[in-house]
This record gives sequence, structure tokens and C-alpha cells, in this order.
Amino acid sequence: MAKRTIQETRTLYQNGELSPQDVIAECMNVLALREPDVHAYVDVFSDLEKRAEEAQKTLEQKGGEAPLLTGIPIAMKGNILVNGERATASSKILENYIAPYDATVTARLRAAGAIFVGATNMDEFAMGSSTENSAFGPTKNPHDTSRVPGGSSGGSAAAVAMESALASLGTDTGGSVRGPASFCGLVGLKPTYGAVSRYGLMAMGSSLDQAGPLTHTVGDAELIFNVIRGKDQYDATSWDEGVYPEVSVKEMYRIGVPYAFLEGLAPDVRALFDAALAKLTADGHTIVDISLPYMKEGLAAYYIVMPAEVSSNLARFDGVRFGLHVSGDTLLDDYRKTRALGFGAEVKRRILLGTYVLSSGYYDAYYGTAERVRDRMREELAQNFENVDVIVTPTTPTPAWKFGEKADPLSMYLEDIYTVGANLTGVPAISIPAGTVTRDTVHLPIGIQAMAPHNGEKRLFDIAKRYRGE
Amino acid sequence: MTKEEVLHLATLARIELSPEEIVRFGTDFDAILSYVARIKDLAGSDTSTPHLGVVHNVFREDADPHEPGLYTESLLAAAPTREKEYIKVKKILENNNG
Repeated sequence: MAKRTIQETRTLYQNGELSPQDVIAECMNVLALREPDVHAYVDVFSDLEKRAEEAQKTLEQKGGEAPLLTGIPIAMKGNILVNGERATASSKILENYIAPYDATVTARLRAAGAIFVGATNMDEFAMGSSTENSAFGPTKNPHDTSRVPGGSSGGSAAAVAMESALASLGTDTGGSVRGPASFCGLVGLKPTYGAVSRYGLMAMGSSLDQAGPLTHTVGDAELIFNVIRGKDQYDATSWDEGVYPEVSVKEMYRIGVPYAFLEGLAPDVRALFDAALAKLTADGHTIVDISLPYMKEGLAAYYIVMPAEVSSNLARFDGVRFGLHVSGDTLLDDYRKTRALGFGAEVKRRILLGTYVLSSGYYDAYYGTAERVRDRMREELAQNFENVDVIVTPTTPTPAWKFGEKADPLSMYLEDIYTVGANLTGVPAISIPAGTVTRDTVHLPIGIQAMAPHNGEKRLFDIAKRYRGE
Repeated sequence: MTKEEVLHLATLARIELSPEEIVRFGTDFDAILSYVARIKDLAGSDTSTPHLGVVHNVFREDADPHEPGLYTESLLAAAPTREKEYIKVKKILENNNG
């Protein structure tokens, strides 16, 4: 697919210079050429050509009045329900599960005219930072297929990076949209908690999860965000305007950088980050050194809170109402065998870890303490946002690594060090491409991340667009 | 973490583990727990009650139900075993009278 923004595609559609059928044909060409190697999708949907025809008719009939995303191909992460399509979350336990309804984000994109290309591959139930934890095999990074695309929304990132979709949706519990965006050279947004409905998303960490777009440009991410955002009667944690104060767009920004948090970065990653700051300074913004001692230790709180929520959310997979069923001698045996066969190693690890931190005698020492640290993190951020407008860090400490390089779970967890803070505190964060670093003679993309106060997406889009020259 | 402790967690979480998994998870948990334990130093003597920020749970009115049976078939279609409009499971209560 030729590189075009959603807005450019829309204009070409309206002028009759391009049709949704042309674009879907380009998608299918990319899928034929690259998908066998990259494996971005668990399922490519079978109705693409029919949907393209319908979109063409809508454009002919309605012209400029056609819904905003008419005929725009969008890939959906495999843990987001698309009515009538298989929704596996890349788990064996849901291998044959058909979504009985649309998630709210799906319904909103559908109403806006989007064509869903397929369900993308991911780390099982979104647990991982590389997409190696998929029950259906890993996704490869389109920039270097010997390397991971990041995770857990690795399939959604690869789908856009290889040009098989104009945009995709991922979900982000601790960096699962932003990490893959960093590794695949894309823009990725983790919205403010509650800005986007979680109805129809498979819950991982309910106090952390948000769905967000992966796109080539900031403008496209903004466009998709504006379609999916807003109060939903089916998600009590979604909110309307007015809950958080308006976060203004400014002429120039005061940018906080937690320098003490950058220790230990590879020299070339640090150099790229410093170059990004130099560009921001040259553009007239002011860089301020800030201290975030709690945020710096956020990862430890995250790996308590998240598994705790995982252990309760995944209790629903018992082989009774849906999904895999393995029969044993008793009902309890059915549960134990179904979950043993249906879940992969990382999912079991997190369920058991969550069970441990919530168990009698350990609850307050782990979960209670982690929630208190989370409160201190919120206060720390609020105090800093009185002094600075945005906070900038690297998105990931490294570029994409090779398959199997991080076999030890803790070394993989440490990759989330810069991203989990936004989830624990609920603030929005965007990752944008910052350039490339070289590993084994290959130029690998890597991102920088900006965080703003709650409801500050507009400010993030503004500074990101200016940085990217959009 | 001992084998017994891992098995106890597996019992609580209703997951059958292989002997290899028991050993592997025990080792993994030692490493992960020793890493996350650093938050205890960070929190110090803080014993405040955690709160959840401005976002709070809300309830909707228990009103405007949908038509009975509207979603029954599509939801039951996902059940591994069913009998008519019921999901079928193994017996959980023993009948003392045989």
C-alpha cells in the first residue's frame, strides 16, 4: 500500500482518484507478499472486497457526507470483539471463540465506515512485550524479521508497518501500544484512563487497560482517537467532558525530563533521545530537569497490581460458558485441566503471581503497598504538572531485540520501565518515532514518549505534530 | 519458593501444573518477587488507605431490560456443552440418599 494518511486517502476517495476497492486490493497484495513471513494476523477477514464495494457505493451516494472512515482499512487487535469474527486473544483457550457482539470501539469505527482487515496477533491475553507469547506463533518485525515487533500489540503494529492497514487498534495495559509503536516506527497512543470504553475488550488489568490507535502519523492517531473516545453506557469507568479540567494547547511548552530515570540507557539510544530534546529546544520549548522517584520504581508496583488484576479477570475462563473445555473426573477437575491446557506459560505465571500477592498474609505487604505507591505516583505527577506541561522519556530502553533473546521473564518485564507509569496513574501518553539506532548493521526504529495531565491528549497531539513536522 | 507453595497457588488458581512448571515457576517467582519487594522500601512506613483518583464506579438504573431471550442463542452457542437452554456441567453436590 502506498503511504498515505487517512485524510489524504479520504480526499482521494472524494475526488474519485482512488477507490476503496483499489486500497483493499493494495492491502491484499501486501498480505499475499508479506503476511506469510510477518504473521501480523491471526485471521484476515473474508469480506474485505464486499466491504470495499459497499464503501464505494456510500462514497458515490453521499460524497463529502459519507462517514469519516468510509473505506479506510483498519486492523483490530485479537482481544477486541468484532461481531461474528473469531476473537482468540492469541490463546488456545479461545481458539474457537466467535465474538457475539461488537466492542464499543469496534461499533464506533464501524459506524464511521471503517473496513476491518482482520484480527491481529498478540501476546496471549496481552501478556508480554514481544508477541512471542502467542499460542499461534510470534509476529515478526517488518523492519527486520529476525526481531520482535514489540508487544503485546505486535500484530497491530506489524499490520500497519508493513502497510496492510492504514491504522490499527491495540490495547495498552503497561505499554502494549507504545512499545510496539517504538519498535515498528509508528505513532502509538495510550489514552487517559476512561477516555475510551473498555466494553468488548478482553480485560487484563481493569484499572490499567485502554485501547488506542497505532498509525503512521500523529494526525491519523488523533482522528482515530476522536472516533473511539467518549462516554459509553456499557463502561462505568468511561467519562464525559467535565470530569477532568481542560488541558490547554500552548505556543511553547515547558518539557519535564526525569534525567535520573535515564541512567543505564545504551549510549546510542541516549544520544538519539538527547538529539530529540535538542530539536525541541531549537523549536523554542524549554527543557526542565524533574525528579520522579516514585515513577522510577513504578515497574515494581506494576508487576504487583497487574498480576493481581489478571488473576481475578482470568478466573472467568473455566471451560463452562465459552472456550476450550477439557473433561476431568469432577467439575473442579474440569477447571484445572481446561486452564492447564488452555493457558500458556506466561499467563499461568501471572495468574499464580497475582494469586500470591493477593493471598492471605501477603495482601497488604504487596497489593496494599503497591496501591499506596500508586497514590504517591499520582501525587508526584500532579505536582510536576504544576511546573511542566508535558513529560518526555524514551518509550523503550532498547530497540527491537532478536527472538528468544529475553527468555528470562524479569528481563522482558524491565522493557516496560518507561511505559507503566502512565497506566498506573491514568494519564495519556504518546510514542512517536525518534529515529533509528543500528544493531547488526540494521537501522531499527525507536520512539520517544510524551505524557500529559489527564485529558491532555490534545496537548500531546499538538506537540507531537509539531515535532514530526505535520 | 518451595514446590508446596507453588502447588498451593495452583490449587487456589485452579490450574493443574506439570512437574517442570512447578520447578520453573518457583525459580521465576523468586526472581520476580525479589525485584518487586523494592516497593516496600519506597513506601516506608506509609500506611495510608489507597484511593482510586477521580474515577469511581457508578451504577445504572435497573430499568429498560431487553426482550427476554434476545441474546440467549448467541451466548449459548459458545458453551462447550449444553442441554436445551441450559449450560451443562458436572454434578457438584453429592446426594446422600444415593
